[in-house]
Amino acid sequence: MSSATVTLAQFAPALPEILLAAGALALVLIGAFRGEKSFGLINTLAFLLLALVGVLIATQDAVTVSAFNGAFISDSFGRFMKIAVLIGSAVTLMISGDYLKATGSQQFEFPILVALSTLGMLLMISAGDLIALYLGLELSSLALYVVASFNRDSVKSTEAGLKYFVLGALSSGMLLYGASLVYGMTGSVSFSGIASVLKDGTSLGVIFGLVFILAGLAFKISAVPFHMWTPDVYEGAPTPVTAFFAAAPKIAAMALLVRVVEQAFPHITGQWQQIIVFIAIASMGLGAFAAIGQQNIKRLLAYSSIGHVGFALVGLSAGTAGGVEGVAIYMAIYLVTTLGTFGCVLAMRREGGYVEDIDDLAGLSKTHPIMAFILAMLMFSLAGIPPLAGFFAKWYVFVAAVEAKLYALAVIGVVTSVVGAYYCLRIVKIMYFDEAKAPFLPMSAAIRLVVGVSGVFVLAFWLYPAPLVTRAVAAAQSLF
Amino acid sequence: MSFAQGFFYLFSIVTVGSAFMVISSRNPVHSVLFLILAFVNAAGLFLLMGAEFLAMILIVVYVGAVAVLFLFVVMMLDVDFAELRQGFLNYLPLGATLGLIFFIELAMVITIDVMDPKSIGGKAELAKTDPSISNTEALGRVLYTEHVYYFQISGLVLLVAMIGAIVLTLRHKAGVKRQNIADQVARTRDTAIEVKKVPFGQGV
Repeated sequence: MSSATVTLAQFAPALPEILLAAGALALVLIGAFRGEKSFGLINTLAFLLLALVGVLIATQDAVTVSAFNGAFISDSFGRFMKIAVLIGSAVTLMISGDYLKATGSQQFEFPILVALSTLGMLLMISAGDLIALYLGLELSSLALYVVASFNRDSVKSTEAGLKYFVLGALSSGMLLYGASLVYGMTGSVSFSGIASVLKDGTSLGVIFGLVFILAGLAFKISAVPFHMWTPDVYEGAPTPVTAFFAAAPKIAAMALLVRVVEQAFPHITGQWQQIIVFIAIASMGLGAFAAIGQQNIKRLLAYSSIGHVGFALVGLSAGTAGGVEGVAIYMAIYLVTTLGTFGCVLAMRREGGYVEDIDDLAGLSKTHPIMAFILAMLMFSLAGIPPLAGFFAKWYVFVAAVEAKLYALAVIGVVTSVVGAYYCLRIVKIMYFDEAKAPFLPMSAAIRLVVGVSGVFVLAFWLYPAPLVTRAVAAAQSLF
Repeated sequence: MSFAQGFFYLFSIVTVGSAFMVISSRNPVHSVLFLILAFVNAAGLFLLMGAEFLAMILIVVYVGAVAVLFLFVVMMLDVDFAELRQGFLNYLPLGATLGLIFFIELAMVITIDVMDPKSIGGKAELAKTDPSISNTEALGRVLYTEHVYYFQISGLVLLVAMIGAIVLTLRHKAGVKRQNIADQVARTRDTAIEVKKVPFGQGV
């Protein structure tokens, strides 16, 4: 047997993740010793921990390195997506305090579970083989099931957690089945090993396994036809948790999907391309049409997020570096817009508690003109109206699709985007032209900051898009 | 047909048969018992392949712990399984069609790829094993070295499961008597024992 001489330098690529894991364990200890009143302290520490990990990842050298026998890959693509995930998680911690306090579920385990779930997402973004993929996915999902039912005295929240758990376990099973088929047919679990075997042609068994893996991953990004859980879970889960779901895990799963198809199956692009094209069209269509009739704003945003996943998949279905670049830009802009929108939803609070109906926004322009303006801009951005950020997000993915000669897909995308604009404009109409209702309670400073930054980003992105675009280009290049 | 092949078919048939009975028997306790039978036969299949460690782990963990836990849960929860099956017949045609399509596809995969070794010729190579060391030792050599990454993440998954179970179920009720080790240790003879003189013929 090889006597393994291990030096610490070999672990260096995974240093931020190791730090996050150790930090989360330390937080568990602090929480256990200080008791139930330590929510504020743990929340702050977890936020600082995520920020520190983000800084460490941002300052890593721009090279592709691997650790743990290729199970862990650190490259520009991974770093781009990891920073996005960390922003999503850190903002969740910023805006969740008030809500958890109001619903009486302010337990110190919440920030710890968010941190551990984030760790799972970072590991799955960096996964270099099928086992690491599955373990990272389970680590992040398991923590998500728990935070979905975190408000355990609420029937809706419990139902959301249970539903998510059962369907999530089913999708994990499909993913595992596909992974075992791919391993059985290629004899390798590592993405590079699978790719090198598939270079000389494929077999039916591999395609069969590929379909199952894609089904499992499509569930995690809530793409049609694996989206059924999304509206119920988004509606039932506590609002900060819904914001978390819409932001971080979606980006991580999308990054994982991109990595799997581009690194493990690059030689059978034609096989997965047709699947991705189908789920992209189905997601865009369902997201646009089903959101029209919604009354609850969290449900509406759930359908909206299904639609946006469809748009991002348009970029992936091109199967080119330009397409992956489009996906990266799309997810980054989607992240900022979503966090801003959920910040506004968390600000919908009256004396009697939090409200979630779209009608509660009526006349917001008279009671809270600034919030109404920013929310309107976020909605215009989600609808893809130039010159807001959302327009450029869609621009990059559609350009990639057209360059890959997927004209029908691009046309369908534009059409569903127009349909989707309806529900965004409906919110703007309710805010600006309906009879004013009682004003909301003042926002907390953290929510004000999140909503403000998000609004500025959406409005000013066209002035200076270079930082994001150059990083996305570098990220996409590192995969090819 | 060799001796080992005979046992392979025996174990396989019993495994598939009992797996079918798990989902079709009316009494949930019978389902769990059939599940145990399926596990034991799967362990037999592992033994035939020379994976004796996995076979024993399957018996110890799945039969000894998991299935027995299932049995307790099934007996203690009053679940009306007949009611749960109400919609079964409504969905049967759709489910059966999907299952049939799925089965045909799988059969195609198996007949094309597995039956014809040429189609996967040379691609899949079994990992080489050293016959002089046992399964347990072979696993032990790689578990904490080559596969330490997976091992540690699995540990974190279990930690999350534990934290989650505590967060979702632990409730602090008022008026529950708890053990306080410090108080108990701090008791002395004076506070714990009272010596009474009992005069003869009078009682306490």
